[in-house]
Amino acid sequence: MSTTSMTKETTPQTTDAVVTARGLTLRFGGLVCLNDVDLTLNRGEILAVIGPNGAGKTSLFNSLTGVYVPQEGRITLSADGGEQNLLGRKPHVVNRLGVARTFQNIRLFGALTALENVKIAAETRQKSGPVGIMLGMPWARRNERASDRRSHELLDFVGMADKLNELAASLSYGDQRRLEIARALATDPQVLLLDEPAAGTNPTEKLELAELIKHINRELGISVLLIEHDMRLVMSVADRVTVLNFGKVIASGTPAEVQHNPAVVEAYLGASDEEAVPGEEDK
Amino acid sequence: MSTITRPEADERDMVVMDLAKLRRVPWYRQPRWTRLFGMVLAAALLALATGPNASTDDIFFSVNESMTDGVRLPVCIALMVAFWAFFEFVPKAPVERAKATARANTVDMPAWQNTKKAFDKTPVKLGALAVVVVVLAVLPLFISTRWNQVLVGNVAVYVLLAIGLNVVVGWAGLLDLGFIAFFAIGAYSTAFWTGSLPTKPPVELNPFLAMPIAVVTCLIAGVLLGAPTLRLRGDYLAIVTLGFHEIVYLIANNANGFSGGSGGATNIPHPSVHLGFLDYEWELDPKPYWWLIMGMAAVVVFLFIRLEHSRVGRAWTAIREDEIAAAANGVNTVKYKLMAFAIGASTSGLAGGVYASKTGFISPESFKLMFSVLVLAYVIFGGMGSIWGVMVGTALLAWLPEYLKDWVDENDRITYLGALLVIMMIYRPQGLIPSRRRKRELTLAKEGIGDADAMTEPAGGRIA
Repeated sequence: MSTTSMTKETTPQTTDAVVTARGLTLRFGGLVCLNDVDLTLNRGEILAVIGPNGAGKTSLFNSLTGVYVPQEGRITLSADGGEQNLLGRKPHVVNRLGVARTFQNIRLFGALTALENVKIAAETRQKSGPVGIMLGMPWARRNERASDRRSHELLDFVGMADKLNELAASLSYGDQRRLEIARALATDPQVLLLDEPAAGTNPTEKLELAELIKHINRELGISVLLIEHDMRLVMSVADRVTVLNFGKVIASGTPAEVQHNPAVVEAYLGASDEEAVPGEEDK
Repeated sequence: MSTITRPEADERDMVVMDLAKLRRVPWYRQPRWTRLFGMVLAAALLALATGPNASTDDIFFSVNESMTDGVRLPVCIALMVAFWAFFEFVPKAPVERAKATARANTVDMPAWQNTKKAFDKTPVKLGALAVVVVVLAVLPLFISTRWNQVLVGNVAVYVLLAIGLNVVVGWAGLLDLGFIAFFAIGAYSTAFWTGSLPTKPPVELNPFLAMPIAVVTCLIAGVLLGAPTLRLRGDYLAIVTLGFHEIVYLIANNANGFSGGSGGATNIPHPSVHLGFLDYEWELDPKPYWWLIMGMAAVVVFLFIRLEHSRVGRAWTAIREDEIAAAANGVNTVKYKLMAFAIGASTSGLAGGVYASKTGFISPESFKLMFSVLVLAYVIFGGMGSIWGVMVGTALLAWLPEYLKDWVDENDRITYLGALLVIMMIYRPQGLIPSRRRKRELTLAKEGIGDADAMTEPAGGRIA
């Protein structure tokens, strides 16, 4: 199935869709944040969501991960052979079903070390309870060792093996971004939602980040949903792009198609003056 | 920040100083002068505290007398200002230079890693711990009966309580103002199961058997209170726990048929052991109780330390630091908060059980709101989140009012406690022996990253 996933754009009953959102409408009072949004993330692909500021990208992420509950629509996750409803589930339940995320404004546990940050996420599936831990039961110790090993592996994977014991808040911006990704990966997700992972990083870090995202996608087989303003990054990693404007999907397709879509050009030029035409800035 | 200790440090310092000048903070808003202001206030408080008592005829009598009778106020202010000046202006250069050299030698390590380096060696730690335990164990043999009573009734029981509250406030970051309610529930359940309340239990038990029941009762009470309210946070949760305390207190006070009303319960038996070879009964003598509570506290501390450094402790820290990020990474925040509440409550229940059977008499007066506030103050004074700090802080603050009994008017004792807290919060907000994680949070907050104060949350009170 992985051979077909790259070419398909919208298939009504896809067997290879891992996250499907249909008709999502999110309102805050009179403000319509998301208006009838459809989104399909196929298994094994990298889908980028772009759009001018205030288009509803982060609201979409928050709706997918249970932070916001849209008034209408449905979100399903097909994982482990079954269909799971994600709408209205609490954030930690969504995470356990296999959807991990990072945040636009980095939300690490600043006073903990990098290793501890990842461990917290790695441990959430474990079963050892307070009594077992207090009595020092063998399974509790085993779990502790397992999460320790896993966290070391993941920090190694994102290239931070030498910064295990540094406080999260004292890391550089790029490292903080990578640590957040490692933390999200520690929950063994099927789908990873990255909210502007390149914001505030320098060009070298952006290149490394693009590599990292591809690695996560290809080597770990995790489907990635990506919000990003940096068009070069989007064009280099994304298999497909969905464009949001004023809470509506205005275009969807391969990066090249989207780049030449008149509605997208219009949205970027007409609706907002702080954005460049996608793809134009890197020429 | 003190991380720069390389050769070019001087140049950088100059730049930093120039930048500081550019920022132009008005002099009165610099920390040094705000601290002076705090000290003058504390001096006024001290003058008030040492002055004559209040009179019911004229509410300003005490204030008037204390502030105007000759030298009292000037002396107090002079004392406090001298204290302030000593810490602000006595040259620290030699000390700082020594520190800087020490840091330069280990420049790649974060500062918090090498400060306690020597002490962190396990044998040294264990040795120090053993000495402290032995000293504490023989302490009652060398002090008078009155001080033994204080040691058990005031210090030991409150240390146990503070260890419990530390789990809730220090680790999970939940502000609980009704902690004494669980203490009361523990004490009343012990009284009930030993047959000392008007309502009789199905079987009368030895206090030692009643205590575990009290602990479980408190655990359930903790979950019952927690379940509907833990979606709230910060100030909102504090108000709910306050309400819970009032409910428990008023039931204890008014349900004459069940709790004995304001008269409370009397003749709660002392615990005893009858195990064939071992036959012992605790009596009026406070010493054996001291050893009993020490043993209990030792077990509780041992278990809690394991918990702190486990996934549970880390999850609590995560929730305290950023609840939304914790939830997004799969931490079931409600479950862990409930766990903290239940564990704290059951420790409180244990303390209640010991207290009830030690004093043999309980009444609602022992469980007033004031005690909840006091225990919280002890925990903050000692250093939230640090088990050793909390124990030392509680011991100090619980001992102080008793000690002051001999020196100042009995009704004024708590004023000194208040003044001490004011000074402490100005000079050392992290507490006597701060926990490492908390200290780092405070440092981060100073630098403008993060929020050290787990009790203040964004407005709104509810989370998604």
